[in-house]
Amino acid sequence: MVEKRVVTGNYAAAYGALLSRVDLIAAYPITPQTFVVEHASEFVNNGMLDAEFMRVESEHSAMSACVSAQAAGARTFTATASQGLALMHEVLFIAGSAHLPIVMPVINRTVAGPIGIWAEHNDTMPQRDTGWLQCYIESNQEVLDMVVQAYKIAEDKRVLLPMMVNLDAFILSHTVEPVEFPDISDVDKFLPKYKPEHARLWPEDPMIIGSFSPPEYIQEIRFQTDESMHNSREVVEEGNADFAKAFGRDYYGMLEEYQTDDADAILVTLGTVTSTARAVVNEYRSQGKKVGLVKLRFFRPYPTERIRKIAEKTKALGVYDRAVSFGTGGPSWIDARCALYGFSLPVINFLAGLGGRDVSEADVKLMFDILLEAASKGAAKKDVVWIGTRGVEP
Amino acid sequence: MDRNTGGGTIAIRIKDLPDEELFTAGHTACPGCGCPIVVRAAMKIFGKNTVCYFPANCLLVFGATYPKDAFTVPYLHVLFENSAVCAAGIKRGLKRLGKGDTNVVAFAGDGGTADIGIQALSGAAERNEDIIYICYDNEAYMNTGIQRSGSTPFGAWTTTTPVGSKIAGKEGFKKDIPRIMIAHDVPYVATASIGYPADMLKKIEKARDIKGFRYLQIFAPCPTGWRFDTAKTVELAKMAVDTGLWTLYEAENGKITINKKPKMTPVADYVRLQGRFRHMTEEQIAKLQKWAHRKWERDSAMVTE
Repeated sequence: MVEKRVVTGNYAAAYGALLSRVDLIAAYPITPQTFVVEHASEFVNNGMLDAEFMRVESEHSAMSACVSAQAAGARTFTATASQGLALMHEVLFIAGSAHLPIVMPVINRTVAGPIGIWAEHNDTMPQRDTGWLQCYIESNQEVLDMVVQAYKIAEDKRVLLPMMVNLDAFILSHTVEPVEFPDISDVDKFLPKYKPEHARLWPEDPMIIGSFSPPEYIQEIRFQTDESMHNSREVVEEGNADFAKAFGRDYYGMLEEYQTDDADAILVTLGTVTSTARAVVNEYRSQGKKVGLVKLRFFRPYPTERIRKIAEKTKALGVYDRAVSFGTGGPSWIDARCALYGFSLPVINFLAGLGGRDVSEADVKLMFDILLEAASKGAAKKDVVWIGTRGVEP
Repeated sequence: MDRNTGGGTIAIRIKDLPDEELFTAGHTACPGCGCPIVVRAAMKIFGKNTVCYFPANCLLVFGATYPKDAFTVPYLHVLFENSAVCAAGIKRGLKRLGKGDTNVVAFAGDGGTADIGIQALSGAAERNEDIIYICYDNEAYMNTGIQRSGSTPFGAWTTTTPVGSKIAGKEGFKKDIPRIMIAHDVPYVATASIGYPADMLKKIEKARDIKGFRYLQIFAPCPTGWRFDTAKTVELAKMAVDTGLWTLYEAENGKITINKKPKMTPVADYVRLQGRFRHMTEEQIAKLQKWAHRKWERDSAMVTE
């Protein structure tokens, strides 16, 4: 039976694990992820979820446990944020190279210094090259739906890569929204039991995972991870379509377009800023300003082709980032620029909301105003624009 | 062979071990290496229904380099500092798949255990994870080329405790990991030495049959790092016990038994056979001798009988 409840993003994330019938959870608490671990503990201790729960002594061990249990052949789940993800860093690579489809919600939180607990994407974006798919989330419903969908995508034989489901600290993690809870029997039909063939540690059929490997072999392993990441684009689209068919909610796969068809200027957002930008687009459209929005859902793999098609139909493209690669610009903008090599339209980066600073409608309006001006002139005044920074002219 | 080492009847003898090798010949360990002696015997005792975990250590390199693996059972390598939690993850995963009777064993060196791996080790012990953790103790980071670890003894030369004009050898004493593990109140902690194989086999067998967290630290000399004649590996492993530098004991659910009372033969005899101690002054040797006595006092005082 479908049930509608008002829950936090963290509850939705934990419930997604329950619906996915994970075999093992290994986790360590960190603000603002703690509710995920707490709720998951309640599910297990109340018998709502039949799973092993490893309450480990660090995030490094949480990811190590997930990697090992997944290598043994089990479906695993963990969640973290910020420093916790940074501590996991070296373990993340193993999941990507050994093709272990672990699913992990990350509650995006600023990485010190200085220490802070609010939303920034400088925790997940530096994990770009670890071989994990990365999806950024706008609502609590999407959190729940994407945890379930993530297993479907990650476990697909064409992919077999781990996936992060990233939600903004507090804006989603601690905020309640109405969420529709699908019936677990419907989820069972959508997401069958994990049946590992490529990686398992069963004495009756011995397999070795993680041998010491000389240069004769590692380059092919890198190629395979790269190929899986390429393959995952179509699997993301299929997973989305299957999910929409089963549950009636369509997230448009790799990215969602809003009012882009005749737009003079398009802003690419990711995460919760998307909702603010959607409101601004509505207001500007009512004033006759031709603006559009792209909600970038996947940062890895990057939707290169779809971004190119979007760029073909507009005059200026803006890319919002909640993280910065110092001395260059936002990571998402860097990818957009790379995808749009050979295009002549201005592609402008907007940096805002770092450290969890609120990104207001006024901030987003300023982004669109700068974009509309660039669209009319066919050139940008500045490539990288800091919005709402004390002492810095945008 | 000394079969009367105490601690009850001897359940397994070398001649009773199965012929089948689960850790096969053809690995590339240095001549005289103590580690394969531990692993070969342990694998015979654990049998085919076993999954192994190796951190980044000598064993991984000489026994598990693709595509020439020496192991016929499944194994996993993830990283260096997480052996205990990885073994636990394997065990819990297998349990979910109805394979809970499989032995899961981690073989780690002393650096991967006493230093970088101690956090994961302590966590797994505290949770009483159902795994066997074997530390083969060769008293330094040998895989990276003989650097000092927490388990390196006082006075020993390593490449990071060189014999300089101001400081010669390691300044501190060997970290006592078995006692730290006993403090975790786990079902089984034992020390062993390849110099006393009957005692070692008995303990490995006992560890196999106990449920919960089991920790074994097995003294396994390294001729390459210690600079001694490769024929003397077992002799030195015996001497370490006889001098009192390494005590053989076991803790079963907190009940501590000394398996062999050390003869307290002079530490100087043991030191003399090894290049890593060649520079040691009379004064330094006396300091190590004093430590051996102190260790025995401390270890014997743990006996709960």
